Amino acid sequence: MALPLGYNLRNLAVRKTTTIMTALGIALTVAVLLAVLALVEGLRTALRVSGHPLQILVTRKASSSELVSVMARANFEQIKVKPGIARSASGEPMASLEMVTLLNLEGVDSPGGMNVTLRGISPAGREMRDRLQLERGRWYAPGRREIVVGKSVALRYPAAKIGGKLQFGKGDWEVVGIMSAGASAVNSEIWGDLFQVASDHNRAEFLSSVLLRAADPVAFSALINDLDADQRLNVSAIPETRYYEKQMIAAAPVQFMGTFVALIMAVGSCFAAMNTMYAAVARRAREIGTLRVLGFSRAGILFSFVVESVLLSMIGGLIGCLLVLPLNNITTGVGSFVTFSEFSFNFRVTPQLMLSGVLFGALMGALGGFFPARSAARKEILNALREI
Amino acid sequence: MPDPIIITRKLRREFIRDQFHVIALEDVDLEVQPAEFVALMGPSGSGKSTLLHLIAAMDRPTSGEIKALGTDLRALSDRQIARWRNQHIGFVFQSFNLIPVLTALENVELPLRLTKLSRKDRLEHARTALELVGLGDRVHHLPRQLSGGQEQRVAIARAIVTDPDIILADEPTGNLDAGSALEVLTLLSRLNKEFSKTVVLVTHDPHAAQFASHTRHLEKGQLLPNSVAV
Repeated sequence: MALPLGYNLRNLAVRKTTTIMTALGIALTVAVLLAVLALVEGLRTALRVSGHPLQILVTRKASSSELVSVMARANFEQIKVKPGIARSASGEPMASLEMVTLLNLEGVDSPGGMNVTLRGISPAGREMRDRLQLERGRWYAPGRREIVVGKSVALRYPAAKIGGKLQFGKGDWEVVGIMSAGASAVNSEIWGDLFQVASDHNRAEFLSSVLLRAADPVAFSALINDLDADQRLNVSAIPETRYYEKQMIAAAPVQFMGTFVALIMAVGSCFAAMNTMYAAVARRAREIGTLRVLGFSRAGILFSFVVESVLLSMIGGLIGCLLVLPLNNITTGVGSFVTFSEFSFNFRVTPQLMLSGVLFGALMGALGGFFPARSAARKEILNALREI
Repeated sequence: MPDPIIITRKLRREFIRDQFHVIALEDVDLEVQPAEFVALMGPSGSGKSTLLHLIAAMDRPTSGEIKALGTDLRALSDRQIARWRNQHIGFVFQSFNLIPVLTALENVELPLRLTKLSRKDRLEHARTALELVGLGDRVHHLPRQLSGGQEQRVAIARAIVTDPDIILADEPTGNLDAGSALEVLTLLSRLNKEFSKTVVLVTHDPHAAQFASHTRHLEKGQLLPNSVAV
């Protein structure tokens, strides 16, 4: 049986200044890593909930996004009569012709301006967005230069307030409402009446994409195959969920940089833990000798010191979790290389994320503590007993 | 006559210390009978502690034979020695060597953590050992909250808690006042007489040696004949 945990915990408490300083170093490393992971997790969650599992996004073949796609109105007329498309309560096919373009807005974090997605959308398109709700104000009126902004847009762009006016197209557009749809991409968009948006951009006949909802999973696959194979249309059909999954690439640079910085810091933290534990081993040499005399094996001593280092680092990991908790639900945004616009989302510090932070701390402790523990275990009994 | 519990033959221990070749023990032949109380006496550097460390398997001889309880200590691996020491040896240090962050009870329980006893049994044994040394009312005290004599009695409780066959004490009264020293020596004597424990006591204090049934003297690493005292 190993030495009691209380032995390690009390030793950490005895040298509390060193323990706190080392734990804080580890806490900062864990906090940096968790902040990056919370950002990625927030983005992933927002993208995951942005698509409907039965919906299909149809764009012009070889278009990488809705923004660069051109969809003729005539094509839409052919697409919406395809078999397998779900029907709304009023019996209409659930198919939405949409136009997507970009607006450049001055933001809180981007005084030089940032691209925001403007979507011209029909009533059918609104009906196809789950959890869509108007948080404040009213919906835009058809045929008028009125827009509704996503809640993240309202939060991050001072001009996008109810009653505010944005200039684009052929005039000023009034913000009449704020919308939300859970944590989805809708929160990062600005919506207006399809015909008015298209008309202002001189694209009444050539819009961007079509969103379809299949009647069931079987029809879903069949519809995709049908659309992809239809050479008259020259379109590409992909599940809406996959379209948003592909946008995770936007998080890649942040994830890489953040993880890289955290790993560099982790090396430093490992050395901090190592230094602390070497000092502990030196200070407790006589104790180590005594434990060996009592019958504890070298392996038992090694295990005990590694455990102590892991405990120390886990304390750091827990502090790191506490440091990063205030970030939870803070709204931020990243520029997407797919849509060339900003995608807003909330940091998400989940319990799983915090657990991984504590485990990351523990790993640093185990790595940093191993060599001092090995040096403790290798001490000859008599030499250890003679040390002061 | 029963077989000796400790036997050494031509036991030799040499060191290289600061480039000097030091012979700490030279051809030591010693026999200790079961339930005997032996005092090893001699001046500083005479090799008495070295001999005790070899008996406790805390060190390995350069040459010669050493057997305790019939086991050839040279033949055991590190891990086997650790286990053997835990089961058969109780060691009492001059400077007590209690773990400062553990209470008296936890210190005494420590060697029992290497046995298969349940936690309840371990604590019960530890409490009994502390009561035996007269510290039943100090179980939750940390070492720094005890006097030197009390600390040494906790150390003795720790040494006897596994019910070892041999108790080895390395100048156990060296850091104690006369009153506390008397208590500790009386306790060792009681363990020998009442519980038939074999005790080997290293001391340079003739008064302490009087508690032993036999006294052996070492001089410059050599064990002097039985009757010779320096």
